[in-house]
Amino acid sequence: MNKIKISIALVGNPTSGLTTLFNRMTNGIEHSGQFATPRHKTKEGPVRDHPGVNVIELPGLYSLSAYSPEDLATRDILLNGKPDVIINIVDSTSIERSLYLTLQLLELETPMILALNMIDQVRDNGDTVDLEKLKEALTIPIVPISAVKNEGIHDLIHAAIRTATEKAKPQRLDFCSGHVHTAIHSIAHLIQEDAEREGLPLRFCATRLVEGDEPIARRLQIQAPDRKIIDHIVEDMEFHLDTDREAAMADMRYAYIEKLCSRCVEKSGTRKEQDRSLKIDSILTHRIFAIPIFLCIMFLIFWLTFEVIGAWLSDLLDIVITDAVHGLDVLLTSTDIAAPMHSLIIDGICTGVGSVLSFLPIIGVLFFFLSILEDSGYIPRVAFVMDTLLRPLGLSGRSIVPMLIGFGCSVPAIMATRTLPSTRDRYLTILLIPFMSCSAKLPIYAMFTAAFFADHRALILISIYITGIIVSILCALLLKTVVFNGNPVPFVMVLPSYRMPGLKSVWLRMWANVKGFIKKAFTVIFVATIVIWLLQSFDMGLNMVDSPENSILASMGKAAAPVFAPLGFGDWRAATALITGLSAKEAVVSTLAVLTGAAGGDMTAMLTAIFTPLTAFCFLVFCLLYMPCVATLATIRREMGGLHYAFGVVLFQTCIAWVVSFVIYHIGILIL
Amino acid sequence: MNQNANNTAKKTCEGEINIPLDCLGTGNSGIIYSVEGEKALRKRLLDMGLTPKTEIMIRKVAPLGDPMELCLRGYELTLRRADAHYITVRLKETAPKDE
Repeated sequence: MNKIKISIALVGNPTSGLTTLFNRMTNGIEHSGQFATPRHKTKEGPVRDHPGVNVIELPGLYSLSAYSPEDLATRDILLNGKPDVIINIVDSTSIERSLYLTLQLLELETPMILALNMIDQVRDNGDTVDLEKLKEALTIPIVPISAVKNEGIHDLIHAAIRTATEKAKPQRLDFCSGHVHTAIHSIAHLIQEDAEREGLPLRFCATRLVEGDEPIARRLQIQAPDRKIIDHIVEDMEFHLDTDREAAMADMRYAYIEKLCSRCVEKSGTRKEQDRSLKIDSILTHRIFAIPIFLCIMFLIFWLTFEVIGAWLSDLLDIVITDAVHGLDVLLTSTDIAAPMHSLIIDGICTGVGSVLSFLPIIGVLFFFLSILEDSGYIPRVAFVMDTLLRPLGLSGRSIVPMLIGFGCSVPAIMATRTLPSTRDRYLTILLIPFMSCSAKLPIYAMFTAAFFADHRALILISIYITGIIVSILCALLLKTVVFNGNPVPFVMVLPSYRMPGLKSVWLRMWANVKGFIKKAFTVIFVATIVIWLLQSFDMGLNMVDSPENSILASMGKAAAPVFAPLGFGDWRAATALITGLSAKEAVVSTLAVLTGAAGGDMTAMLTAIFTPLTAFCFLVFCLLYMPCVATLATIRREMGGLHYAFGVVLFQTCIAWVVSFVIYHIGILIL
Repeated sequence: MNQNANNTAKKTCEGEINIPLDCLGTGNSGIIYSVEGEKALRKRLLDMGLTPKTEIMIRKVAPLGDPMELCLRGYELTLRRADAHYITVRLKETAPKDE
């Protein structure tokens, strides 16, 4: 492994194509880096063909003003991490808004280059950007690129490395005029020593103080007398400009940008991409059709994932695994290996690997479609259309897609929350996702509805799903007031123009997700399967059991059974099945079948011996709501950054499941 | 639809030259006069280019009546009505004519 010689920071607006560019620069290779903290995801990866050069993708932001914890964290990374060079990626189609961040980044006095992304769209519109003039004004190298079409990436990497090795800092920082200029310079003079002591760029600190940035003031340890002088300078500026400090700064920057753009950007007047977007939007965000179209798209993705492509891949994988395991089985039998060892390899290890692999086709296919939705620009439209529905829960429309994916599988759903801009929204959404009944629970519903509610299967199934949704709404209201009672980030969202997604960038995005899942979840799922196998195969004296009734697991089930008695299903077999459900929800079905001795036989008769229709329904509700499977827990731990969160979820959900089942059971007794 | 929106805008904000952005009907434009509101929101709006004297147009309203899609500085932005209320715009063609 080469020593890291150059670190490149990728900074830009959220819709400027950060991830696409990152994937292009690294070919999708990513590892958690020195700047990553669990709460604030930064991605770091080696730049292709340039050993020793690392690129870090920082979360997208619009300004260094840092009004949210996420933006503050990003800013701190830039200030403290001291990257060798900043690549400021800019959406050339909305260059005015993008350059606002650029002007602030220049003040950091770090070597920097500007990547004019989506330059192909600008060309298509017949617009031109005068690169020379822009370069002259901003005093940094400018590289036009198209991350989606892989244009100019090579030049960009070279320019970045050159700028970093030459340590070429921006020459010009002064974009202000008039009274703002006076204020900034007076304050800069005053705090010069403080900034030097803290190792912070002076000009940046001065403008931050004009805007009234408390974290920076505290860091510079500005004393009361100086604070008074600063306040006086700012008041003086506000008086002369007849506006307040924040508006004055924003106005000054945009005034400069407008002037700059009028010199450097020539608009032909046509807005081909935007006009096309408007046409697409006239259907996709149509007053009546928008929601049905969205539901159809989600349905289509689910159908393709779980019925067609994903199912086909799963079957294919299944055949391969079965053959391999069978081959191994034969081989082991011929070597005359001890029975426990044989069972460990076949029933423990192989099942473990198999259950990790069984997730892959679903995650892969689901993320393939999600990447298309994301790259095309449809996701922000969904947020726009669905926002009103989620607002009462304290969430924005952006949470709807991850939550709907939860009906397929919680693992990719939780991974999909990464696109949410605020940590608060992310955590709340992650906690609600497991209540969306995932597809792995369907076999349980199928078995029970067939046994008890043969005439009303659809009705029972729908009521289960609705129970999940109602419980998640109640939990959202509870969590909103108790845990996440901070201010939500304002829902101010850019709607980018629609783009044709590039196959390569979709592929890289999907691959990054699949790899991330394998890396983090493999160990957890694998270990959990082995543990379940151990508990199932041995009794308390650590002898291999011949009847599942004597296993450690069964003893645990018997011990746990009284807990479920108030819910109507105090039978130890039900409790044992619920415990095995931890490894995967489908396991509830197979365990029940094995324990009741009904495998392959008459399931209905055996089940009716343990459950009544009412307790069966309570059992289903409990299965719906109780702690998620280990794969989900591993993902929660990874995305929320802490084992205690995963334990919290286990406790929280199991308690809720118990309470809800209890209520239903006792209301049921009263009515029936 | 367009006509309806215009009528409600007139009804709620009649006789005024400056109206809150959420009262501006779909398809109408105005010039931003002032941006108020809670600090984080206001700063965000200013940073996104919603500064005074900027021209702004209501592109459309979401199917469920909220949020709104705006067009300014050559890009599209969504904003909830409650937040848009803090932005005051001056109508482009002076005041709406009294009947």
